[in-house]
Amino acid sequence: MAKTHLTLILNGEATELLCEPRQTLLEVLRDDLDLTGTKEGCATGDCGACSVLLDGRVVCSCLVLGVEAEGRSVTTVEGLADGERLHPLQTAFLEHAALQCGICTPGFLVAAKALLERNPDPTEQQVRYELAGNLCRCTGYDKIVRAVLAAAATMRGTAGERGAA
Amino acid sequence: MSAAKTSNPAATERRFKVVGTRPVRHDGIDKVTGRARYGADVNLPGMLHGKVLRSPHAHARILGIDTSRAAALPGVKAVVTGADMPPVKSRTEQSGEGTTNPRHLSDNILAKEKVLYTGHAVAAVAATSAHLAEEALGLIEVCYEVLPPVLDVRAAMRDEAPVLHPDLRTHGLEPKSDRPTNVASVVRFERGDLAAAFASADVVVERTFDTAMVHQGYIEPQNAVAKVDADGQATVWVSTQGPFEVRHFCSEILAMPLSRIKVVPAEIGGGFGGKTTIYLEPLAILLARQSGRPVKMVMSRAEVLRATGPTSGSHIRVKLGAKRDGRIVAADATLLYEAGAFPGSPVWAGAMCLLAPYDVETLRIVGHDVVVNRPKTAAYRAPGASNASFAAESVIDEIATKLGIDPIELRRRNGAREGTPTPAGPRHKRIGMLEVLDAAQASPHWAAPLEAPSDPAKRRGRGFAVGFWFNAGLQSSATIGINADGTASLVTGSPDIGGTRTSCAMIAAEELGIPVEHVRPSVADTDSVGHTDVTGGSRVTMATGLAVYEAAQDVKRQLRERAAALWKVPVEEVSFTDGALVASSGEHAPLTLAALGTKLSRTGGPVVGRATVNAQKATGAAIAGTLVDVEVDVETGKVDVLRCTVIQDAGRAIHPAYVEGQMQGGTAQGLGWALNEEYVYDAEGKLLNAGFLDYRMPIALDLPMIDAIIVEVPNPGHPYGVRGVGEVSIVPPPGAVASAVAAATGVRPSALPISPPRLLAALQASGGHARSGGATAAR
Amino acid sequence: MHEIRYSAPRSVAEAVALLADGGDGARVLGGGTDLLIQLRAGASSARHLVDVKHIPELDVITCDDSEGLRLGAAVPCERLAGDARVRALFPGLAESAALIGSTQIQNRATVAGNLCNGSPAADTTPSLLALGATCVLAGPAGRRELAVADFLVGPGRTALGPGELLVELRIPAPGPGAADCYQRFIPRREMDIAVVGVAAALTVLDGRCTAARVALGAVGPTALLAHDAARVLVGSSLDDATLERAAAAATATARPIDDMRAPADYRRAVTGVLTRRVVAEAARRARGKG
Repeated sequence: MAKTHLTLILNGEATELLCEPRQTLLEVLRDDLDLTGTKEGCATGDCGACSVLLDGRVVCSCLVLGVEAEGRSVTTVEGLADGERLHPLQTAFLEHAALQCGICTPGFLVAAKALLERNPDPTEQQVRYELAGNLCRCTGYDKIVRAVLAAAATMRGTAGERGAA
Repeated sequence: MSAAKTSNPAATERRFKVVGTRPVRHDGIDKVTGRARYGADVNLPGMLHGKVLRSPHAHARILGIDTSRAAALPGVKAVVTGADMPPVKSRTEQSGEGTTNPRHLSDNILAKEKVLYTGHAVAAVAATSAHLAEEALGLIEVCYEVLPPVLDVRAAMRDEAPVLHPDLRTHGLEPKSDRPTNVASVVRFERGDLAAAFASADVVVERTFDTAMVHQGYIEPQNAVAKVDADGQATVWVSTQGPFEVRHFCSEILAMPLSRIKVVPAEIGGGFGGKTTIYLEPLAILLARQSGRPVKMVMSRAEVLRATGPTSGSHIRVKLGAKRDGRIVAADATLLYEAGAFPGSPVWAGAMCLLAPYDVETLRIVGHDVVVNRPKTAAYRAPGASNASFAAESVIDEIATKLGIDPIELRRRNGAREGTPTPAGPRHKRIGMLEVLDAAQASPHWAAPLEAPSDPAKRRGRGFAVGFWFNAGLQSSATIGINADGTASLVTGSPDIGGTRTSCAMIAAEELGIPVEHVRPSVADTDSVGHTDVTGGSRVTMATGLAVYEAAQDVKRQLRERAAALWKVPVEEVSFTDGALVASSGEHAPLTLAALGTKLSRTGGPVVGRATVNAQKATGAAIAGTLVDVEVDVETGKVDVLRCTVIQDAGRAIHPAYVEGQMQGGTAQGLGWALNEEYVYDAEGKLLNAGFLDYRMPIALDLPMIDAIIVEVPNPGHPYGVRGVGEVSIVPPPGAVASAVAAATGVRPSALPISPPRLLAALQASGGHARSGGATAAR
Repeated sequence: MHEIRYSAPRSVAEAVALLADGGDGARVLGGGTDLLIQLRAGASSARHLVDVKHIPELDVITCDDSEGLRLGAAVPCERLAGDARVRALFPGLAESAALIGSTQIQNRATVAGNLCNGSPAADTTPSLLALGATCVLAGPAGRRELAVADFLVGPGRTALGPGELLVELRIPAPGPGAADCYQRFIPRREMDIAVVGVAAALTVLDGRCTAARVALGAVGPTALLAHDAARVLVGSSLDDATLERAAAAATATARPIDDMRAPADYRRAVTGVLTRRVVAEAARRARGKG
């Protein structure tokens, strides 16, 4: 099977590779690019552990073919931090103990980032609704929801500061 | 903040500097940036991908396997079947929280003469890509003689039932029988005159319950990467709860010396007991050996559900007799637990936990471990206890209703305390049953009125239940090395599932008087740390923490000797106080670890503290209570959880946020178990819902915030009073939800899950909605 | 997954040519949220995927109260559900699109794909039936239009001919006093396949129901129009007694099977309950628009 040449913007960087059409974006990320932060939990779009941003929208990368990312921008958990500076969501997850085994955490962080970009001031129920596609078996979601709400407040405060300056 | 701590005045009065705080976990940044390597993230040069062929039949004899076409496919480098595994003797041995039989384990990993459940592994291949390996599976021909399956415990116990293991005889049966059977063992607890005790009761309630088979539901499927060097040394990277167990089981199953196997624990994406056993590891080793290349194997979600151990479904009958004042005077219970394809359900623990929270003088509890054509069950968070608790707590709640006694008060009147005999006989050590009940009664949730719903189709109810779990002791090792700058490296062998690297580091930091950031904890492979038993049984912070504590004492003893040598004083005159070496004479300025660190080499050499513990005698059992408010749509049978509080005796919470996390996580699993989770099989024994779409675990939208109230009744066996916290919170939720539904609707569920079709049928059978709308809190 | 070919045509004509070229093994790829699962499970014979997401014509939504709705086949559910015009004119369709799975699924899945996948439990199909939607198909013989009711053939089967693709869905503009509603029953609060789905589209003028269509999902081999229930409603004031009779009629129309998600009895019971609730809500919305 001839491989397809794929060009995309991955975590802000132009990236090229060869992949087979039957490879999902998840497989391309994990197997060909060694970006193993995005996880496989079910391969049927029911758990969200494989969540990435595709042109800024959160999707299950297990249900996207690698070739469908041609010319698009993809953001994974590895692209959330700015060098050594963690994203406020990452900091909030750490401070609120919002992870136990951590396997669902990359998916939640990516989905929560997309959520807060669309809605910077969500209610608890809105957070739960938007993250309904991300399964966690360890935490019961309590501390995850608190961390997302706390990060939202931090980001609104920072934005407020920037606005006021 | 969702948690409050209720201190017991009898707790040791020590003032802690680190214990009880909430530092960011040491592996946290790796886990929020995606850098942490879980088993499926491990990649080695030249690595092949392995896949497993699984039986489509629930019960069949294997007449022959032809792998030749698969082996001939370009890209396929190895193929193995049961014939490639050495014979293993059948015997029973203790492991983790239960027993194992190595022959059964070997047969589960690759079927030999029979397949015993759909999904039972039959062959494995390794190829240059996962896609190729899958294609190769399609080329393996297996000839089966299909046999009738038996899927239900009661059916399996009948004389005419298909027999899974012709050589199985019931253990624990008196008189012994030589008849083939599916009953692997019987356990029996009995004391007192049962007939007389029931005759003396003012109220007797007898009910039967069924619970469906459920799965631990960890988000990370099983994985293993194996490499076998030319000299036969095997290295296995695996997401496991027990690297030493993996080594031990592989050694037994593959007839390899322990010294030829090194197990490297990768980060682990959840286990809950399900990763305390092995599935892929021996296959990866065999394929790696045959191909001469490393082999990676990762299960799909469907494989996880079909072929790894769920926990037992059960059929339980409970009969309790009580006096008018609520004192339970007699108990008679029978538990039938599904073992799956091989013996080993947690029915003993279920029989114990049924009534362990209570002081019941006269009882007869009989449990049967029954094999059926379903996957071999594996441990799931307090294995056996949730089923039993659902049954017993439901009957206790019914008695409370009948007698008009508050459900918390009734439990207080029967509550176990130190010295109360457990159902199995041994007496309870100090236990926090009464304190947990007090905290439940004092909770904001209990005090809040349950408001009536505005929708006429809805009813609300409040339920409460308690649960017990033993908590394991087992063995752990730890070493602490002191660095020249006074920081410490801490090495243990306990995989970190929920923050235990940090709780152990906190204990080291507390004892050494240094900041927790100055302790660098690592989880080592089986070559680099002493034997350490599973991360399971709620034991890591308690038992590995105990080893860490002891290792720290060893460090302090050595440091005192070094300071004594430096100061040329007797070692008796040197103490370790507040993180510094202090001379009692006052003639020398105290030395911090940082100051002493640079002087270690000239006072004798490196300082490495070590300890090994068998923590059996240090264990402290745990009690938890679940308080839940539900809203039932009586037209559809749907149950929504409105509010939930978990109260648990943690002994001493080392890191309260991670203790709360365990409490909340176990509660969420218990709620899923109560409401929606179940294995659904067709008549041929094929699992119909082998995915997260139809194996329905709670999503974020299904749950409210879960208030976690930590009670601390110190465990007298542990220097800090720590009790295991990981498991007990999964025990009471099913009973609490069932009681809440009963309070809301007047109909008491007799089966788990309380799914909408089941509840609607029960509501309709009871002749409509017994309550005329509104809310019924517990009295 | 077996090997596949992938093409991304830029026009409907190109897509039709590729489908003809690929023969039996050629399939349209929309959001992929059903197809990729089927491919991995070995349940699809697709060997050549024709990705329609790069065809501009298929990416368009127009919606106003004179022309109604024209929904391109490649528009993801999230865009439809979030479109203010659609929410105003067809609130039931919008809410049914918003119910298909998680945010992750919403960003990819399409209503067209949901329809073409042919699941009897698809969430948008009852709304499309209730609103009298039409499919616009393109194929080797050109374009043709087909009512959605005629498009549904059986479980997993539609009237798509060889080499045909769904290009657009059209819904006529609702008149004054018209509104629709969709509800479904699932055991959790999201992420489940509908156990029962009911859509109702009503017109209410001067307190009387002058037009009604009720459609049921997940209780038959395809989504079903509940004609008897609709007949009960037309001419009535949509009082409680009428709603009860309509619910009973809908229950009688339902032809559910027992499956792992629910027994048939349960589905019948809930069909009646949901019909009553959905019609009541559609009536409330319609009265607000009269």
